[in-house]
Amino acid sequence: MSSPLLHVENLKEYFEIRRGLFGKRGYVKAVDGVSLTLAGREAISIVGESGCGKTTLGKTILRLYEPTDGKIIFRGKDITHLGWKELKWYRRETGLVQQDPFGALPPFMTVKRILEEPLIIHGIKDRKEREERIYKALEGVKLTPIEDFINKYPHMLSGGQQQRLVIARSIILEPKMIVADEPVSMLDASVRIEILKLLQDLQTRYDLSVMYITHDLSTTRYFSERIYIMYAAHIVESAETKELLVNPLHPYTRALLNVIPDPDPSNRFLIKEVPTGEPPNLINPPTGCRFNPRCPNFMKGICDAKEPSLIEASKGHYVKCWLYG
Amino acid sequence: MSTFKQTLRQLLIYKSALIGLIIIIILVGISIYAILAIPYDEATKLWRAGEKYWLESPRNALPSWINIFSSKKMPETIVLDTKKPKPGVSKAIIPVAEKFSNIKVEFSFNYEYDDFPSEINIFFESNHTASVPKLTVYWVKPDGEEIILANLLISKDDRYYISNDEKLARELKNIISKKINKTIDYEAPITLLLFAQEDAGILSPDTVKVMKGNYKLWIDGIIFETNVNLDAKLVVYGKVYGWAGTDHLRRDLGIALLWGAPIALSFGVTASVSIALIQMFIGAVSAWFRGITDNIVQRITEIFMVIPFLPILIMISTFYKFNIWVLLVVVIALTIFGGGVKNYRAMFLQIKEFPYVEASRAYGASNLRIVLYYLIPKVLPTIIPSMVLSVADFVFLEAALAILGLGDPLTPTWGKIIDDAYSNGALYKGLYYWVLEPSVMLAAASLSFAMLGFALDKIFNPKLKEI
Repeated sequence: MSSPLLHVENLKEYFEIRRGLFGKRGYVKAVDGVSLTLAGREAISIVGESGCGKTTLGKTILRLYEPTDGKIIFRGKDITHLGWKELKWYRRETGLVQQDPFGALPPFMTVKRILEEPLIIHGIKDRKEREERIYKALEGVKLTPIEDFINKYPHMLSGGQQQRLVIARSIILEPKMIVADEPVSMLDASVRIEILKLLQDLQTRYDLSVMYITHDLSTTRYFSERIYIMYAAHIVESAETKELLVNPLHPYTRALLNVIPDPDPSNRFLIKEVPTGEPPNLINPPTGCRFNPRCPNFMKGICDAKEPSLIEASKGHYVKCWLYG
Repeated sequence: MSTFKQTLRQLLIYKSALIGLIIIIILVGISIYAILAIPYDEATKLWRAGEKYWLESPRNALPSWINIFSSKKMPETIVLDTKKPKPGVSKAIIPVAEKFSNIKVEFSFNYEYDDFPSEINIFFESNHTASVPKLTVYWVKPDGEEIILANLLISKDDRYYISNDEKLARELKNIISKKINKTIDYEAPITLLLFAQEDAGILSPDTVKVMKGNYKLWIDGIIFETNVNLDAKLVVYGKVYGWAGTDHLRRDLGIALLWGAPIALSFGVTASVSIALIQMFIGAVSAWFRGITDNIVQRITEIFMVIPFLPILIMISTFYKFNIWVLLVVVIALTIFGGGVKNYRAMFLQIKEFPYVEASRAYGASNLRIVLYYLIPKVLPTIIPSMVLSVADFVFLEAALAILGLGDPLTPTWGKIIDDAYSNGALYKGLYYWVLEPSVMLAAASLSFAMLGFALDKIFNPKLKEI
């Protein structure tokens, strides 16, 4: 692994909230000191429950939000605070796949227009070239026969087709990196695997790096090489996919693995241990380890006193927990 | 295109929309006809021309189709001109001595109407240099009775208002009174005295009857020069004119009624469409940029919202008399920061959070592109009904301003006709057509857009749809 494609260091994204004119200022700390690395052609997963900040992390990396602190380095260039004009090349190098495919498509544009927009914005003036690239992208996501789709509006497509179109749009500029934010969570179970396979296929065909954001650990093993577990704006554990699934260290990771539905009927009477309580409030997160109020291995005086640091438990396996420090 | 057809088909389910649409099509047809038949310059010229141009048309005449519905036949205008020879017109200049010519002009016409003419004038045109021609004017009734109307010395361009000659009126009254041995004790106009049956009926304006038949007016005179040509024109003004009637300045109301249509439509449509689009754009910019831009736009909007629209408009147009197109610009300028901006902003605040807008940012769409291509197209269909509805408002606004005397004084518009009618006491004088004609046009225009707008509203806002 030479120099990484994307390097994120200690990234913070705070949203200011204010109650009333003279109310106290507060911050929602959606991302609070996250570091990660993404090599070229690599796929990583960010896993966490709703509200843990994983979507914000993805969008901040894409510079849809202005980062509060930290650094984002893409292909050796610091893009953390670049202005809109200087960011244009970065927009071309990155793609976004959103959760809700219907919402992600402008309802008043045809398929052709939707795919043409990024090309127009990035200055491809030749009409023929645009058309060629649209056809190539639609073929790439297997929306064929193309003539059937090209003049349709998003609401005429099925959910799976819509998501294929969203993916086609994200790769039409031939980017180096795609952030896929829960791309299958709103689709039927039958279509999910298809879409994930498509992403995997595109990844090898276009030499893409993929940042796959999900709340569902079970889908990560389809193509990601590394998993980051996120809890309350922090990365609490990261390891290669296999290592993490076989040997989870953080109590939260274990809990997540526990709740994956088990297809084996002999286990049907097993009672699953679900972490009690609710995800913490990101305005006033718990002191110490943020998982401490829900942790089954809670140690009084340690876990609620000081925040643990990220330590390397075994090679390439990092965890943020007092059990290992 | 297919969505347009679909909308149209859905629209025609509603009878009101159909009627509205038909009226709008008719108005558009009238507008096109008006523009083609009487170009704008010509129309305004005719409208401003004054009495000189309209010399041959009657004052305050009813529309001529009134004769179809009334058993009493109203007179039309009769014009007899020696320059345009036709049966009933004859002119002869006979030299009698070296420096004398005898002129004899005869006009004869059939008068078969049930009402008296409104006025009678003779216009003279002569190219004499020093000596003034001397003329005597005779009037011959169908029963053969001949009356001398006047002895005249005419200048080069002269006229004799027969119906205004008070001396003649007294004489005529005396003659008739003697004949029937009773005095006429009311203010009988000359037109009545010249055309009435001379029996007991003439004693009251309610019973007096027209003597129908062939009338003659002849002029006998002497010209004191050689090579002089003298022309005369007799105009017996009727009480009906054209399809629309005339106003106090003898102008054909038809011109203003026709031209009112394109002016009202273009004023209403331009105002409503441009105000809606500009307000939407401002609302979108305000919602998209937030921060300081939003703050400034919102404060400006609030200022404009408390400024009373009509009084300000009245004030501006009192200081500056301007034409209708400048008025249009002023109306738009005063409204673009209206309350609509707040509504649109609220809509766009919602839309800007849609994932597709975020996606467009992710592939690098510029702010302006997002506002124009991503935010505005989303709300455009929903505001079409209110846009159509507000056309009616602006058509009325233009008329209202004209009635308040703030409109364009020179352009023929419906509002201007009502203003003229009002200031000349049309209703007091019983000239209902003068007020009713433009009012019907105004009501039809507003009603058609309102009906279409309400039907469109039902289609675009399915919550209102009837089952």
